Amino acid sequence: MARVRRRGRVVSVVLAATLGASLAGCSSTGGLRAEKERAAQAAGGKAAVNTPRWTFAMVTHSGDGDTFWDIVQNGAQQAADKDNINFVYAHDKEAGRQSQLVQTYIDQKVDGLIVSLAKPKAMKDVVLKAQKAGIPVITVNSGAAESKEFGALSHIGQDETVAGEAVGEQLNERGRKKALCVLHEQGNVGHEQRCDGAEKTFKGDLQRLYVEGTNMPDVQSSIESKLQSDRGIDAVVTLGAPFAATAVKARDQAGSDAEIDTFDLNAQVADGLKDGSLGFAVDQQPYLQGYEAVDLLWLYRYNADVLGGGKPVLTGPQVITKKDAAALQEYTKRGTR
Amino acid sequence: MSTTDAPLLQPAGPPAEGTDDERLLHRSLVRRLMSRPELGSVVGAVAVFIFFAIAAEPFLRASSLSTVLYASSTIGIMAVPVALLMIGGEFDLSAGVMVVSSALISSMVSYQMTADNWVGVGVSLVVTLAFGVFNGMLLTRTKLPSFIITLGTFFMLTGLNLGFTKLISGTVSTKSIADMEGFESARAVFASHVTVGNVDIQITILWWIAMVAVATWILLRTRVGNWIFAVGGNADAARAVGVPVTKTKIGLYMGVAFAAWVSGQHLLFSYDQIQSGDGVGNEFLYIIAAAVGGCLMTGGFGSAIGAAVGAFIFGMTSKGIVYAQWNPDWYKFFLGAMLLLATLLNAWVRKRAEDRS
Repeated sequence: MARVRRRGRVVSVVLAATLGASLAGCSSTGGLRAEKERAAQAAGGKAAVNTPRWTFAMVTHSGDGDTFWDIVQNGAQQAADKDNINFVYAHDKEAGRQSQLVQTYIDQKVDGLIVSLAKPKAMKDVVLKAQKAGIPVITVNSGAAESKEFGALSHIGQDETVAGEAVGEQLNERGRKKALCVLHEQGNVGHEQRCDGAEKTFKGDLQRLYVEGTNMPDVQSSIESKLQSDRGIDAVVTLGAPFAATAVKARDQAGSDAEIDTFDLNAQVADGLKDGSLGFAVDQQPYLQGYEAVDLLWLYRYNADVLGGGKPVLTGPQVITKKDAAALQEYTKRGTR
Repeated sequence: MSTTDAPLLQPAGPPAEGTDDERLLHRSLVRRLMSRPELGSVVGAVAVFIFFAIAAEPFLRASSLSTVLYASSTIGIMAVPVALLMIGGEFDLSAGVMVVSSALISSMVSYQMTADNWVGVGVSLVVTLAFGVFNGMLLTRTKLPSFIITLGTFFMLTGLNLGFTKLISGTVSTKSIADMEGFESARAVFASHVTVGNVDIQITILWWIAMVAVATWILLRTRVGNWIFAVGGNADAARAVGVPVTKTKIGLYMGVAFAAWVSGQHLLFSYDQIQSGDGVGNEFLYIIAAAVGGCLMTGGFGSAIGAAVGAFIFGMTSKGIVYAQWNPDWYKFFLGAMLLLATLLNAWVRKRAEDRS
């Protein structure tokens, strides 16, 4: 008994100490309070139409906790709010399980489907099945080549090769001679296409570096060692926003003066562009991919409208530099850019 | 039988050479070194070092070595308590994700309460240690294998990381805490670096060395060290001679949790934002480092220094490949082959050492 009571007392002391410390140790800068002040200015979403409440489902190949897909989802959700749509979302990075998720939505007889075709072969059957069941399908992000063949209404996304080409051109414009393309997922087709595209248009020498994307210290030390071993590298291109800030750290550690450029955007990247630690970012506007997909499905349901005429509707690449950064900072903070 | 009969059949004569009786053998320093668990890994490390010194020209530069040491230290900090746990006969598959959990807790507590960063760091320490206690208690209460228990916590923490981050911050990564009070001082403790000449020494290297020193002292100089070897060798026998098996195992899991806290704070304060999906798979790196460093997968044998050398081999290999500028398509293959070779060399040296002593 005595022991139990003592243990209880220890717990309450710890709790009290934690609470006390947290009350005493308030930060007068940053934090939730600052965010709330910012958010107070933002508007809330309300339905703008009185069409029936259809259910649209989105199934992507996103891994767990991917910031990019989070923004796609935000875009889709806001379009859904406006269009009076019940929006549901599921994801699995493994193609087989992704197609099973699509199947579950077909079973639920949703009114529209949005899928990404990262591994088109595995998704073909289930996409055709959806159409057989009378569910219109829109493809987003990856699968531009297969979308029409599978009978989807439209494809909304970025052509990865085109985006890579934009990077190569931008590097030429900035007078870069030797660039490093940092791939954070070995075997990802889209990543290879981006580097291929950059290689195609870039007049200098482009090298590739594979890093372990789920292990930030590894990303940092790998880029660092590459920059140390090859002093000639004057540009580092990362393929995802979270890796840009890490590349900046690696560059500073290695004492290199290479420019860091990146695909995709987040709050840190916007800050980096503004303060000059990053050169440029190529954005494919994920918000637009989600938003447009839901909106196009609604248009199809309501008015039988189709966009793109069988050709993919491109959401990027949009090259963002220092002069755009200030305007975008606010949007990245609220998670829509 | 034969052992008791032997003296009768063979009357004891004067011993030909006193040194033949191993009980009377005064073991020389060399021989004592040969029986150390980390010997094989040290030889492996030297081999890997020489290999890359020849294969990769920039490898020997001081600035390169500091990068290698940084890469080693981020694994090494975790490999030390994981090695202790392995010596104690258990696994922890939740170690990689726990690092990210610890960073997430710290970041979100600070941000959501608009509190000084040190408040988050403190709360994170308490909660992370509680994860360790949870693992240890569940293990000792249920008597289920640690593989299952920690696999469970691995998935639970992965889910909690994502779920809570999304629920609280609305996105899958945390908000930046770089503009909040206490950030600079916390960064100084967990993620700073000092420049000696033109070489950067990351503070994680100091944390690493301190953890190896403390763990080695515990293992070799304290009663707790004996307990760890005993519970890993034979838990029932250890319990029979009065070793507090339950406390020892819970303590070992708390050690892993403490290191996860240190690594997590390093992650947070060096990148100021944390991706909630990170950390998956890193637990294997820690286990590999400990295993390469001579810890037996079955428990009862190993050392903290060995785990540190194992982490160093891993750091050298993963960065040496980059310095050598090898075709990146084969990156993972080289990594695996080097680790396998280092481990084989390690095992071979140890076997020879055991044969001779």
